[in-house]
Amino acid sequence: MKLGFLVDLNLCMGCKGCEIACKVENEVPLSSWRLRVKYVDVGVFPETKRTFTPLRCNHCENAPCERICPVSALHYLDNGIVNIDNERCIGCAGCVMACPYGAIYIDPETNTADKCTYCAHRIAGGLMPSCVVACPVEANIFGDLDDKESHISTYIMQARGNVQVRKPEKNTAPTHYYVGGGNQQLNPLASKREDGYSLFNNITTLKHIGGH
Amino acid sequence: MVEHSIAATEAVVTLDVALPGIVWGWIITMNMWAKSIGTGILFVGFYLLKKYPEQTEWIRLPMTLISIVFIHIFLFFTVIDLHQMFRFWHIFAHPHWTSTITIGAWMATIFVGLLFGMAYASIIKKDNALFDKFMGAAVVIAIPVTLYTAGLMAQSTARELWQMPTEMAQMVLAATLSGSAAMLLMGGRLPYEAKRDLAVILGLSALAAFLLYMGEYVFGFMKAEEVAVVLEYIKGNGEYATMFWLGQTFAFIIPMVLTYLSVQNRSSSLLTLASVSAIAGLWVSKHVWLVIPQLLPMS
Repeated sequence: MKLGFLVDLNLCMGCKGCEIACKVENEVPLSSWRLRVKYVDVGVFPETKRTFTPLRCNHCENAPCERICPVSALHYLDNGIVNIDNERCIGCAGCVMACPYGAIYIDPETNTADKCTYCAHRIAGGLMPSCVVACPVEANIFGDLDDKESHISTYIMQARGNVQVRKPEKNTAPTHYYVGGGNQQLNPLASKREDGYSLFNNITTLKHIGGH
Repeated sequence: MVEHSIAATEAVVTLDVALPGIVWGWIITMNMWAKSIGTGILFVGFYLLKKYPEQTEWIRLPMTLISIVFIHIFLFFTVIDLHQMFRFWHIFAHPHWTSTITIGAWMATIFVGLLFGMAYASIIKKDNALFDKFMGAAVVIAIPVTLYTAGLMAQSTARELWQMPTEMAQMVLAATLSGSAAMLLMGGRLPYEAKRDLAVILGLSALAAFLLYMGEYVFGFMKAEEVAVVLEYIKGNGEYATMFWLGQTFAFIIPMVLTYLSVQNRSSSLLTLASVSAIAGLWVSKHVWLVIPQLLPMS
């Protein structure tokens, strides 16, 4: 079994339901995010469009975070999930530096690294990840990539030629796919970040958080 | 802004969370800087003891003590940077050998043991032959201790500025630069020939490191997108441009010039100035190198 995720960006409407469901399910502290939806506006008025891109851990098959972790706190589960053991983590932040997707953070309450685990605890109990359940348009599709009959496999087959991963050049082999969307959505360097253009918040950088 | 956009689309991020900022800051700079001195002084001390055994016999103990002090500064800053510093022992209880952090921790531990062996041979046993056995092993282990940080940075997949081959060379050069500078500051009683050799090591290390920085940061045009974006921080009016050039000037340019003049004029005072400049400048240049790739938006 190899679990994977797919987001159909043609369907996502940026409601952030998945964000909130994730926060609640995993008790993610303020200022930290396991999953977030990034808004990018493209075009010049009146030909403009707002795009929405849910971003989370890509659970790479060749995960840099797993490789750099000095104590195996980040480890693979048999189903392909890159899981994290907060009790073992020493908080060196090597994984934060190694992840090319910015998907790992230092939890300010536990002072350990944390990230999306595809809700491994829910999957172990036969449930779907909370973000999948919360999505009102079924843009989040989750399942077994090794099973050719699974919903995610058939979706990938039907959308072939239009399935992307983030930063394929990093050779991380993500198991998180996107259907639709463009370079502006998946490449962080393809869009500007300018104060005055942000909807609810300033363009900010977090102060160093955690134990020191 | 350093990010580029495709003009036809004018893409602008209109809602996102805050960027994580600098995760590895001045504490890690201290770590790398102190480690360079701690291993570097052993490299140059080993060379001096082999080439001028009788005139440099006295350096055994002070060299060992300086190395012990700076390696412990390195270890101190390594541990306090951990968000869970009291779990440091997990590296020994649950080692993960694909991680260069693990390799570095184990190598540094062995290195510290050998340094204390050298101190034991020098202070208690007063046995130069035993000291030299410990030192031979310590010099070998000092190589991975010096280099592991290059591997660690190279494991940071998206920080394209940190590339293993270049950084390995930079780590060795930082060690020989700061080691020779520390030895010059310590070695007032060294014979002129030994000081001249140290001046040559210092000057050539500065030259080689400077050429690498210039080749990689300033004159290298074929760059990955991430590297090009990161280098904007040190070019023109970039946020770290002044700090970058201050670092290059104090760490490399001034030592190059002063060591040349000192060899020409047989001047020890110029070497002292060059050494202080190199050690201070190395901290600044390492800090810029450490910080700027972390300013890159990852998502």
